[in-house]
Amino acid sequence: MSIITNINKVFDHRIRLGIMSILMVNEYADFNMLKELLGATDGNLASHTKALEKAEYVVVEKQFIGRKPNTRYATTKLGRAEFKKHIEALEKLINK
Amino acid sequence: MGFTLIYFISNLTKIYVGYFKIFYLLCISKYFYMESKDYLKDISEIKDLMNKSSRFISLSGLSGVLAGVYALIGAAIAYWLVDNSGREYLILDGLVFKLVLLDLFLIALFSAVTGVILTTRKAKKHNAKIWDTTSKRLVINFLIPLVVGGLYILIILNQQKYGQTGALMLLFYGLALVNASKYSIGDIRYLGFIQIILGLICACYPGYGFWLWVLGFGVMHIIYGIWMYFKYDVE
Repeated sequence: MSIITNINKVFDHRIRLGIMSILMVNEYADFNMLKELLGATDGNLASHTKALEKAEYVVVEKQFIGRKPNTRYATTKLGRAEFKKHIEALEKLINK
Repeated sequence: MGFTLIYFISNLTKIYVGYFKIFYLLCISKYFYMESKDYLKDISEIKDLMNKSSRFISLSGLSGVLAGVYALIGAAIAYWLVDNSGREYLILDGLVFKLVLLDLFLIALFSAVTGVILTTRKAKKHNAKIWDTTSKRLVINFLIPLVVGGLYILIILNQQKYGQTGALMLLFYGLALVNASKYSIGDIRYLGFIQIILGLICACYPGYGFWLWVLGFGVMHIIYGIWMYFKYDVE
């Protein structure tokens, strides 16, 4: 078995790792919260959330707060499991 | 003759395979060395983001110290009021009782205002937002046990049962701290436990209620505030 078996390509980017970390400890996070915490631009963040959404690791909820549209994200069961596997693999790599 | 040739060739391939192995290992180790450095950074960033996004950590230790000082001053005023009233015990409808309630209210108000001011200052220093998801969550979860406790105390005071007031204040405040610790610096959980234990002792010995209150709200706040100040605020 290779050492990098559980390293997940989908998470192999700083921003995506950041999005998942925030969503692991929060029930949900909206777009602006992610933007502020990660210091990413709108377009950049949107493309990374889209990638995670496509892999079905996060779900997107669009709603209106008053008149403002609000997009918020939450992890799926699959996303949480995959993220945990990924982190464990990272730790193993570091401890080698 | 043929045998030696085969032997020679097999030896040669062994040597080459050996070289390839070393070359391969060199490549891999270099790759992993560089990668693992990045992964280490990733892990620390993950931890940082998890903390920053779920906990409000700009609480000021100094505000704890000042809250303790206010409590001690307030307690001294209450002691003086009761001592000068000519009676040993409080009478529920009397003027002295109303003054003590006002005294308590002022302690809470001053502590809250000081806490907000000092915490805002600290948050500004760290370029953190003062009113975001994390601080809202902290305030709400802190206030749930506290408001319930406050209302309960008012209700039983109205029913003339005032023997347990000190104990109830300590208990509900302790529960509020334990509840809030999930959304802020984890250390305040232990201050919560201390208040709860003091509250339970206070419930057993209502006669010492005043002194246990002073110990919990005054002395413990000061000790804890100083400790937190040196742990988190001094750089």
